[in-house]
Amino acid sequence: MIIRLAGDSGDGMQLTGDRFTSETAAFGNDLSTLPNFPAEIRAPAGTLPGVSSFQLHFADHDIMTPGDAPNVLVAMNPAALKANIADVPLGADIIANADEFTLRACQRIGYAGNPLEDGTLREYRVSAVPLTSMTVEALKDIDVSKKEAERAKNMFALGLLSWMYNRPTESTLEFLERKFAKTPAVAKANVTAFRAGYNFGETTETFSVSYEVKPAPMKAGTYRNISGNLALSYGLVAASKATGLSLFLGSYPITPASDILHELSKHKAFGVRTFQAEDEIAGVTAALGAAFGGSLGVTTTSGPGVALKSEAIGLGVMLELPLIIVDVQRGGPSTGLPTKTEQADLLQAMFGRNGEAPVPIVAPSTPSDCYATALEAARIATKYRTPVFLLSDGYLANGSEPWLLPDVELLPDLRVTFATEPNHVDAKGEPEFWPYLRDEETLARAWAIPGTPGLEHRVGGLEKADGSGDISYDPANHDLMVRLRQAKVDGIARDIAPLTVDDPSGEADVLVLGWGSTYGPIGAACRQVRARGLKIAQAHLRHLNPFPANTGEVLRAYDRVLIPEMNLGQLALLIRAKFLIDAVSYDKVNGMPFKAVELADVIAATIGEAATTSVVGK
Amino acid sequence: MTTDQAFGHRHSFDLVPVADGPQTAKEYKSDQEVRWCPGCGDYAILAAVQAFLPELGLRRENVVFVSGIGCSSRFPYYLETYGMHSIHGRAPAIATGLAVSRPDLAVFVVTGDGDALSIGGNHLIHALRRNINLTILLFNNRIYGLTKGQYSPTSEVGKITKSTPMGSLDFPFNPVSLALGAEATFVARTIDSDRKHLTAVLRAATEHRGTSLVEIYQNCNIFNDDAFEVLKAPETRDDFLIRLEHGKPITFGTEADLRGLHRSASGSLEVCDGNEPDVLVHDAHDDDPSLAFALSRVTRPNLSMTPIGVFRDVQRPVYDDLMTAQLDQAVAKNGAGDLAALLAGGDTWTVTQPQADEAALPQPQADEAALPQPQADEAALPQPQADETSAAPPAAN
Repeated sequence: MIIRLAGDSGDGMQLTGDRFTSETAAFGNDLSTLPNFPAEIRAPAGTLPGVSSFQLHFADHDIMTPGDAPNVLVAMNPAALKANIADVPLGADIIANADEFTLRACQRIGYAGNPLEDGTLREYRVSAVPLTSMTVEALKDIDVSKKEAERAKNMFALGLLSWMYNRPTESTLEFLERKFAKTPAVAKANVTAFRAGYNFGETTETFSVSYEVKPAPMKAGTYRNISGNLALSYGLVAASKATGLSLFLGSYPITPASDILHELSKHKAFGVRTFQAEDEIAGVTAALGAAFGGSLGVTTTSGPGVALKSEAIGLGVMLELPLIIVDVQRGGPSTGLPTKTEQADLLQAMFGRNGEAPVPIVAPSTPSDCYATALEAARIATKYRTPVFLLSDGYLANGSEPWLLPDVELLPDLRVTFATEPNHVDAKGEPEFWPYLRDEETLARAWAIPGTPGLEHRVGGLEKADGSGDISYDPANHDLMVRLRQAKVDGIARDIAPLTVDDPSGEADVLVLGWGSTYGPIGAACRQVRARGLKIAQAHLRHLNPFPANTGEVLRAYDRVLIPEMNLGQLALLIRAKFLIDAVSYDKVNGMPFKAVELADVIAATIGEAATTSVVGK
Repeated sequence: MTTDQAFGHRHSFDLVPVADGPQTAKEYKSDQEVRWCPGCGDYAILAAVQAFLPELGLRRENVVFVSGIGCSSRFPYYLETYGMHSIHGRAPAIATGLAVSRPDLAVFVVTGDGDALSIGGNHLIHALRRNINLTILLFNNRIYGLTKGQYSPTSEVGKITKSTPMGSLDFPFNPVSLALGAEATFVARTIDSDRKHLTAVLRAATEHRGTSLVEIYQNCNIFNDDAFEVLKAPETRDDFLIRLEHGKPITFGTEADLRGLHRSASGSLEVCDGNEPDVLVHDAHDDDPSLAFALSRVTRPNLSMTPIGVFRDVQRPVYDDLMTAQLDQAVAKNGAGDLAALLAGGDTWTVTQPQADEAALPQPQADEAALPQPQADEAALPQPQADETSAAPPAAN
């Protein structure tokens, strides 16, 4: 079942969606969500640019995406209807707030007449409900202004939906009491509106059916619903515990990454220091300064911020200090589409620095996977003394799914050993400390933090002499150091999980390869393709730099490799360059995640082409 | 709330461990060859700092020098402390991250007029307003030296340089005025060649908790030689310098021709006879920065009436201390953070009954910390036996 709630950006659609999601999670359905909102905080009311929506997909089985097409569209005004109707399949339910469908409002956004009445929607099952006036009527005995009463209409709608889908309502009622604890009249108004909506559903004959979606089978354990940004924040707190390093976040507010700054600023009891810097550059440099002092330095941003941080990330490469750069990608270039998703910063993360400056890259595949990926980024950063990119995106950041809570007792041991003793002997036979003496296996340099007696040393952005770390302009030394830094990053391939393939029949000719947030849509598409009787293999990369050691071998085992990406083929470019594999790109950059059915068609077509080609080839 | 009220009065390095015994300047000299141009004013500053550091009596390993880019920014290489030679303009931000996360360190920033006021201007003013516990040494030679002689943001208008053959057009910054405008709590000016004055200013700066900005007039003998010569030459310096001392009348000139500053009827500063009773008495601790600012503005284009010494030295809560206090407060209120409790916050539900065929069930991601590749587990197809799963109501938050 896929529900989309749409209204003005001031109508509280995101809050309504969040609450319905919580009820659904509590009920035990598997779910996946897709918030979609304009960059403007309050775009003009009743206009198309001001429409904000929230889509929730829930089911009695495990699901991988927020769904392609809604079964139910709740439209709070004509603009919400117009902006979303193209995605709604014929025959689906539309619940419209009849109060807002005045002729003037309809004509303002380009309808000739009232679409609820003039037959425009005859192919749909339309329920025109006067949500606003019924809410105001329900609240007439409560001491709130008419405006406040009208604002509670989203809770009326939520109550109605909760009845339609048999959602447990306790958590929402508790939530409202908690949220409006300081204004009891407003709390009462919202609770009353919610109940009125629920009761309206129960008593009216408008809705002939009350749907029931049973809980999904899930592994035993305790679950919560979690968004990508929240999971990422928790992953960083867990990484601090696992490494034994204090967490320091240097960050400048930017959509869609700011929620990580907000969340981490709440966790001071974990020793988390959050620093809202004067700009993106100060965010990363402060984190690097903290890393020099032995903290787990993190900076969070989106693509435009990464552009500003590039020089400092290069310094991190030169200093060989741990640093995590979280890029919650959004539509670009420049300011681009701040609230829409895209994965077009891969090459920026890979190459966007002066000189040869390799930086490992990891990418989470689902909202809850952001937790484990943050831990993995911290593991690589601390073990190899290197900046690490974590590439999330707007879809993962704001989307949510149920999460089986991990056992914190099983947190990996990522404790860091600082240098405390000299590691070299000078020409006179005196012990001394060489900050650029490397671990033979990992090539990580010795890390001594200020406060360690006898190991005083200087680091900097100038080229270092191998071993001693003194300034060196020697040509051969520079060549050596460039290669050492590259070899260190390349060597991480030996220390990451191999690329696994999901190829149930073992007979697929085509492999679909993805990275990051396309995991859900690609996985759902593969299921659809297999349901059509076709064979398809799927592999998904968590490590983008370096690639897992077996990547070339895996890809070469298939006749054709298809790479869907929300960019113009950035992973495909890397795969082609690195492995000389003629990968096929399927690209889209419309600010929204792929739809499963769209990918399924592309996969099926690719399988068809591969079959034709291989026949010709033989 | 003042720092005094919040934490008791702290000196700059009260949280930094002290050395076991007396130190010497030699102990603060690194083994690196100093590579400034012969005759550069930086040598005198380096010698003064190396001689002064033992006086602080701090453990050497708890002293850190952070610099940006430019001639002055080579400074950390020559000190046997921890150090970072970073990127252009960013030293105050790097030092901020270090200082706020490590209250046990004495953190110095060494920067120049280009580094601090041009490419790094933003970081400088924000460090000053936050009042991070840093000592910032700003070497001002009014020229770009490392890039071979372009005009800087402190160069006088009309400066003929390689990039301004017909004279520079931009009006210069006055670093002291800028710092005072940015709400700096300690602002001073000194001169590279006057070891005694430089050391006294360093002493005052390092006694101040919060950001101390010390502008050091420094001679670049290659690209802007003798820029401050009138302030140094015995025959001119007494006429040109106004030596500020807290609690002392603001006078300058010779005994025979003693002049002073007093307020005119309109409130602006005005030169008067140095023996007049209304000559202003310098108060560096005045919370009102208007006198300090007015003093920063009296200098003429030919550098006559150049005040040196401490313009302003006042107490304001220090960002690092406030952040530490918030962390302590959070622990005091709810105890040290509990990761398991954090993860289980919000609405949770428990699936109690394991499925018969658990291996075939969907695997929610991230149940292991460092999970390898996500797997599109074909075995995880829809299982219709939903009834067996019981969903408990949300756990209490």
